[in-house]
Amino acid sequence: MRGIAVKIALLLAACLVTLGVAGSGSGRGTLVFGGSADPTYLDPALVSDGESFRVTEQIYEGLVQLVPGKTTIKPELARSWKISKDGKTYTFFLRRGVKFHDGTPFNAAAVCANFNRWFNFKGPFQDASATFYYQSIFTGFRRNESKDLGKPLYRSCRARGAATAIIRLTRTNGPFLPSLSLSAFAMQSPTAMRRYGANQGELRSGVFRPTGSYAFEHPTGTGPFRFVSWKVGEKVELAEYKGYKGDNKAKLARVIIRPISTATGRLQALQAGEVNAYDLADPAHLSTIRSNSSLKVINRPSFNVAYVTINAAKPPMDKLNVRKAVAYGLDRNRVVQSFYAGRAVVAHEFMPPGLLGYNPRVTKYPFNPERAKSLLRAAGLTLPVEIDFWYPTNISRPYMPNPKLNFEAFAASLEQSGFKVNAHSAPWRPDYVAKVNEGSAGHLNLIGWSGDYGDPDNFVGTFFQDYNPQFGFRNARITRLLNQGEAEFNLKKRAAIYRAVNREIMNFVPGVPYAHTRPALGMQKRVQNYIASPTGSDRFFPVSLGGQ
Amino acid sequence: MLRYVVRRLLLLVPILFGLSVLVFFWVRALPGSPAESLLGERATPELVQAYKERYGLNDPIYKQYWSQVKSWSKGDLGTSVATHRPVWEEIKDRFPATIELATAALIFAVGLGIPIGFIAAKRYGGPVDHASLFVSLIGISVPVFVLGIILKYLFSVRLGWLPGTGRIDVTITAEHPTGFYVVDAIITGDWATLKDVLKHLVLPAIALGSIPLAIVARITRAAVLDVQNEDYVRTARAKGLPPFIVDRRHVLRNAALPISTIIGLQVGLLLSGAVLTETVFSYPGMGRWLAEAIFNRDYSVLQGGILFVAFVFVFVNLAVDLVYALINPRIRYS
Repeated sequence: MRGIAVKIALLLAACLVTLGVAGSGSGRGTLVFGGSADPTYLDPALVSDGESFRVTEQIYEGLVQLVPGKTTIKPELARSWKISKDGKTYTFFLRRGVKFHDGTPFNAAAVCANFNRWFNFKGPFQDASATFYYQSIFTGFRRNESKDLGKPLYRSCRARGAATAIIRLTRTNGPFLPSLSLSAFAMQSPTAMRRYGANQGELRSGVFRPTGSYAFEHPTGTGPFRFVSWKVGEKVELAEYKGYKGDNKAKLARVIIRPISTATGRLQALQAGEVNAYDLADPAHLSTIRSNSSLKVINRPSFNVAYVTINAAKPPMDKLNVRKAVAYGLDRNRVVQSFYAGRAVVAHEFMPPGLLGYNPRVTKYPFNPERAKSLLRAAGLTLPVEIDFWYPTNISRPYMPNPKLNFEAFAASLEQSGFKVNAHSAPWRPDYVAKVNEGSAGHLNLIGWSGDYGDPDNFVGTFFQDYNPQFGFRNARITRLLNQGEAEFNLKKRAAIYRAVNREIMNFVPGVPYAHTRPALGMQKRVQNYIASPTGSDRFFPVSLGGQ
Repeated sequence: MLRYVVRRLLLLVPILFGLSVLVFFWVRALPGSPAESLLGERATPELVQAYKERYGLNDPIYKQYWSQVKSWSKGDLGTSVATHRPVWEEIKDRFPATIELATAALIFAVGLGIPIGFIAAKRYGGPVDHASLFVSLIGISVPVFVLGIILKYLFSVRLGWLPGTGRIDVTITAEHPTGFYVVDAIITGDWATLKDVLKHLVLPAIALGSIPLAIVARITRAAVLDVQNEDYVRTARAKGLPPFIVDRRHVLRNAALPISTIIGLQVGLLLSGAVLTETVFSYPGMGRWLAEAIFNRDYSVLQGGILFVAFVFVFVNLAVDLVYALINPRIRYS
């Protein structure tokens, strides 16, 4: 028996030695990237999540694109464009000689086919779970099937020859052009979409799902990488598109994007060499990454805002002086300096610096407990003023790595400033977010926003253009200015309008912005030319891999 | 025997019915609803309300249950709100991964647990016995996810000996006709892939198999101690049979019944332990999928996934019961 035991031990040891060679690595020219989840599917018109866009950004191109690392736009499939005097007609002059991955030509007819496809969506495709971004920008379809949908922004598209597409809108709209940089409005091969059933879909138990194979097996764009395969839970594999015509030619032969759901898991995969780079790094892990001589941290430019909601529908927050007292009572400097590891700046308005219409001269509210108390007394209140303050649990957001720490510091500074804070918390999703959105998360709550595309409407328009139960107020002047800003297409005029909006908002104090953060990515030092996009929609075409 | 099998299969009906009720109400007792999960953090209260109205989430709970039962009876387990894929399709993709991992963990637990328990019993009271008891205690006490994190940190991150993420090196392009990667690699004769898949199985299998290993070792030790003092063992030794034959024919064979019972019970533990192990190792199986479904309030996935796992568990138990008869001819089912 002793002999058997020895043999088993030797066999196990042999197995471990045989299997235990160096950890898996990636070959030269192949970037293995760690995301947090699988894409939903790969038809960009039908998704709204970052992990789907991470893949579609590589496969597809839009008429315009973001300048790498910025939120301004530049030409992509359109060489240039012209806007009519009335602001309702956009003429796009297209790049010539471009072909989709299936070999069919990209031309003005293909542009019109894409716009008309979105406009003509019906049935399950009109569900918000299918066409979130189309509905956000274009507001309605040719035949709306729900009373919640609005009058469509799009009127028509006409191809003039092969290289000129003329888009007509029903009204002027400032966000239209910048929003075309969203992957949701990328150009897809009409032939492939027809052949593989891109316009087939169903709603099952309220969940939209394409039923054709296009969005799973045949996504076809003009981008620098073409689709190879997708194994759910494991990887999406892309390969360089050899027939690519344009400025964004891929330097890598292959890209593999794999889902690793936890930040710790992604960090360990990077340390073990199982991925070359990963996104959504936990700020607490950055020192670990920096301490490794073969790894580095890449900063994503700030394109978010963390803020404290003030619900004006809940007295005494309906009083301006009380809202101002909250603003003076929040020690934002302390929170940003203590809990953001040098990765944030104090926010003074609801959009990040650098965005069109950012106003450096809005009213600022430095921490001042005495001023807060006198404002509360001026409002006729007896101190301390009791308020409910909510924060989320089980979550780390790019703009709020540890909500509980933020909450505790804010609660302490508010108590110094004449308030008595009742703490409330709930798990982030779906409980907390639902409460904030429906306006039932107390007088104050912690929340934030990451932008989708480079337009001020995506920040202040989203928050304040219509009545929003989260903030619980109506302000005709702010609404009018935001409507003007949305309709204006002249950039100078738009900038002036949004500067005025920001001033107006910070005088009204519907909430208190407190941080703009820089999220981070972890990667091997051999990953070169990785440019992080503020919106999170990174493109891999300039990336190359150096030696080990 | 056939009547027994049929009776056990019929018993599945009330078991699954009871489970379906339990799971249905448990999932709905969780705060929040799939509406918010599906529509995301940008959902307006109006959208959430419209969704709930449209899909009957505001209906009385018994109506919701009845409508669910009707769907199940048509073989429709629903669609995941997170991945937008039919639950049945997800199960088909992920179940082979979990089975492969559970099998590897079971091989690890049984392959080491029986010899350790046997040797400990033979060296009763000695240092080997004490060492085995100590190791068993550690195996049972350390939570699976803690052991998983330690193993991953040590062997993957620090030493770089073994991969700690996923099921296969993502740079490998291989055919997967059955979904069982080990089997696929053998069928296609792709030995490089087989080696890689086995490498990916080592750490999660050790983490997942640690508790079953400790239990199997302790039960084996106890069973062997019981049996080796029986009269028939003494008689066999007195007849002059070599110790190896006595151990194999008389001791191990008779100790096998309690060991096989405990191994059968470990299958349930392996399936539930997979939730944590697969999360730590980003292993694309049923466990990680169910864990994510809890956070997403993914009703269809939770219901369909749990019912499916329960179904498998009941079948495995039936199989274990039938195996008893093969191991011990004294057992007869009627």
